[in-house]
Amino acid sequence: MKRKKKIKKKVEQAQAPRTSVYLNGKLIGFYENGAQLLAELKARRRAGILSPQLNFYYNQKTDDLFINADSGRARRPYIVVENGQSRLTPALLEQLRQGEIGWESLVKLGVIEYLDAEEEESAYIAVKEEELTPEHTHLEIDPVSIFGVTVSILPFPEYNSSPRITMACAMAKQSLGTYAVNFNMRTDSRAHVLYYPQQPLVQTKPYALLGFAERAAGQNFVVAIASSYGYNIGDAVVMNRSAIDRGLGRSVFYKTHETEERRYPGGQKDKFEIPPPTTTGYREERAYRYLGEDGIISPECEVEAKDVLVGKTSPPRFLEEITVFGVTEEKKRENSLVLKSGEDGIVDSVMITDSLAGTKLVKVRVRSIKIPEIGDKFASRHGQKGVIGLLRPQEDMPFNKDGICPDLIINPHAIPSRMTVGHLLEMLGGKAACYSGKFVDGTAFTGDKEEDLRKIMKEYGLDEVGEEVLYDPFSGEAIKAKIFMGVIYYQRLHHLVSNKMHVRSRGPVQLLTHQPTEGRSREGGLRFGEMERDCLIGYGAAMLIRERLLEESDKTVELVCEKCGSIAVFDHVKNKQYCPLCDSTQLHYVEMSYAFKLLLDEIKSLGIFPRLLLRDKA
Amino acid sequence: MVSKKGFIEVGEAVGIIAAQSIGEPGTQMTMRTFHYAGVAEQVPTGLPRLIELVDARKEPKKPIMDVFLKDEYASTYEKAKEVAKEIECTTLEKVALVEEDFEEKKIVITLEPSELEAEGVTIEDVKKKVKSASNFHVDINENVITIKPSSASLRSIRRLTNKLRQLHLKGIDKIKRAVVVKGKDGKFFVRTAGSNLAALLKHPKVDGKRLYTNDVQEIAKVLGIEAARQALVNEIKQVLDMQNLNVDIRHCRLLADAMTMDGEIKSIGRHGLSGEKAGVLARAAFEETVKHLINAAVHGEEDRLIGVTENIIVGQTVPVGTGLVKLRMKL
Repeated sequence: MKRKKKIKKKVEQAQAPRTSVYLNGKLIGFYENGAQLLAELKARRRAGILSPQLNFYYNQKTDDLFINADSGRARRPYIVVENGQSRLTPALLEQLRQGEIGWESLVKLGVIEYLDAEEEESAYIAVKEEELTPEHTHLEIDPVSIFGVTVSILPFPEYNSSPRITMACAMAKQSLGTYAVNFNMRTDSRAHVLYYPQQPLVQTKPYALLGFAERAAGQNFVVAIASSYGYNIGDAVVMNRSAIDRGLGRSVFYKTHETEERRYPGGQKDKFEIPPPTTTGYREERAYRYLGEDGIISPECEVEAKDVLVGKTSPPRFLEEITVFGVTEEKKRENSLVLKSGEDGIVDSVMITDSLAGTKLVKVRVRSIKIPEIGDKFASRHGQKGVIGLLRPQEDMPFNKDGICPDLIINPHAIPSRMTVGHLLEMLGGKAACYSGKFVDGTAFTGDKEEDLRKIMKEYGLDEVGEEVLYDPFSGEAIKAKIFMGVIYYQRLHHLVSNKMHVRSRGPVQLLTHQPTEGRSREGGLRFGEMERDCLIGYGAAMLIRERLLEESDKTVELVCEKCGSIAVFDHVKNKQYCPLCDSTQLHYVEMSYAFKLLLDEIKSLGIFPRLLLRDKA
Repeated sequence: MVSKKGFIEVGEAVGIIAAQSIGEPGTQMTMRTFHYAGVAEQVPTGLPRLIELVDARKEPKKPIMDVFLKDEYASTYEKAKEVAKEIECTTLEKVALVEEDFEEKKIVITLEPSELEAEGVTIEDVKKKVKSASNFHVDINENVITIKPSSASLRSIRRLTNKLRQLHLKGIDKIKRAVVVKGKDGKFFVRTAGSNLAALLKHPKVDGKRLYTNDVQEIAKVLGIEAARQALVNEIKQVLDMQNLNVDIRHCRLLADAMTMDGEIKSIGRHGLSGEKAGVLARAAFEETVKHLINAAVHGEEDRLIGVTENIIVGQTVPVGTGLVKLRMKL
């Protein structure tokens, strides 16, 4: 800045004001007429003399001309407009259609131009060709191109509130589908594949362009918007159990486990085998039941928690002890690949290769079928997500005069405050598509309009807004209110309860603190934190705090020396209690938390001697 | 008997409940601050002000006083303005340009006659005050006062200049500005930036009974700790009310009680209340663990496990609520 000012000052003193010219943000020189230079530069770029990757921006206020050629600028293509006329002429379009020219040549011809954020400031861009005036400088290739890839796939986004669009995009990335067509040959550490993917009935132009339909990530559900005996309150949904039994929303979950024969310094090596019962840490025999002679499981075995997938023995961690006979006995360590709890399934495939280090590597892929159950998450493409609150058989679902009953019932409260009108439109569009047999176009700004959809509905003699008389499944009587029912694309999201649910009544504790472990994978407890503790104190529930923080956690009973107040010991060999510090035998059992005992030890390590003064409880 | 229903039971954890009751709505407090009508400066409200109170700062960021006047001065704007002028502290800086001349090694004070008049200070007053403030050679010429200090070090000149700029000419010390405000009852009062409770209490035209300051420490000094406690309660409640947070006043009272319980205003936190807890373990559990443990070791301190925190650490029943109930007789 300082240098720039200095240079600028000098120049201004000597000469008349001139435009400062910057290349990639660095001042490179001056020119008399910035506007003229800009026009010349742009003309040359369009003529193909300058690289199409250059961008220019002239700031009249500060009289600065910026030329940008550096990497990392976000750029977007537009059709160049001159004197209110698009440079993409019908003749060119025809050539395009014939395949005589392509995108590259359009860029070369200066018909298509890429603008970066800075140059865009000086552009006046028309969204539609009809809007063009002589002032316009560019024309949008298509209004959808305003959006990125993810949004352009959503139907009717212009009818939704913007936060819902953001959420819809986030959720679309979590949807199950065909994530790769060669999924069967891959060994991703975890992968979901949807059973019967369908392409949506309401599509967008980019959807087709991207070829998304070939690897779809969802299914078309018949959805009714109604309350359902309280089982769809608060973003819960009621689903049709019969539809699920027919395969709706079903997916496979693949999990790949791997292990290798590691080499250790000293020439020792792991070995894949069925560990002999003499190995240290030998599991129960049942765990090894599926292993072949090579110690590796075979495909299509139904495995459950604690089953061994690959038997492996490792050399001992420390040098062998010398036995009585003076012969070193090889004591191997059990180091098998074991299935953790909650990962049950069927062995799908086994792969044996070499690792990068040249050792033997085994990958075992376990598959399990995930049928939608209570707690699984589903979402439409409008930021409307929900978890299953109830599975209800078809005979208990409301039905219309044709006997059609919904696959999914969402709650009406999900709509007004979120203003996802696009959701309603897609339902209507999907229904219209079902009757007409033609896909509905939901492309942003240019797709089918509500009137078009209503027209189709009318054509087929349906209620034009999509409302229907539904019949109560229990009494057979018509439900008094008309219910909005339509067909809409729903995605199953990869948040499955079966991969998340977790309970603990007793379980492992940490070595250091004797407190329960943390986390689902370690079968841990749920943290009873400081604020939770405060609440119990505030409530005066002293006994409950004690139970949570002591009895259910790290309660221990320690011997304490009455004389010196230190922790005493019980010598099991001599069957004698004594205080290691003062040899006193006036000892008492004291109940305390193990964490406190640990605290005492740590204080001792500080060089402070904490004493416990004993007194009888009043 | 109905009145007894409102009593707190023995063993109720009033402290925790008060903390939760103030803390929970406190999370919703906005950092937005409002203006006091009349005084140009911004007075902190909301969270910053609450923190200021709870930290027991020596002086509030923006001390403010509401000076109510005796009836004969409160009726008209003019009369109130007169008092305001009288109260407002005028410094030399306000009425004159004080400049140092390092080359000549002198200080030049150029008086502004118009400002002097507006402030109600005569030239003679200024001259007298300047003379008594600097025991060096003072040269007076019309509106210009020149001072030639005997010691000519640049630093002493700078020091003297700064002192002269703050030279107190008239009014009450620390009262930086005084503005007349019309109260809700139609009477006028003076709102000041800066606070000097002791001086204003003695002022003959001021109704000392209704004098208000937001400087709690000053109240404690002048009026005593009970007054400070009440002031604390009022200030805390006012901050909460301004944000439309409905906190029962008893929680604020308990907080103020805790802060003032041993005769001086103690802050909440390391340097105050929490740092002076009785138990070693309770203090060590809060902050500066090692410091407390080592000090306890040096002094051979004994923790009698009286508080809640200590008992939780040790793994005993806490002495609140149901934990207080004991059997008189062993069975």
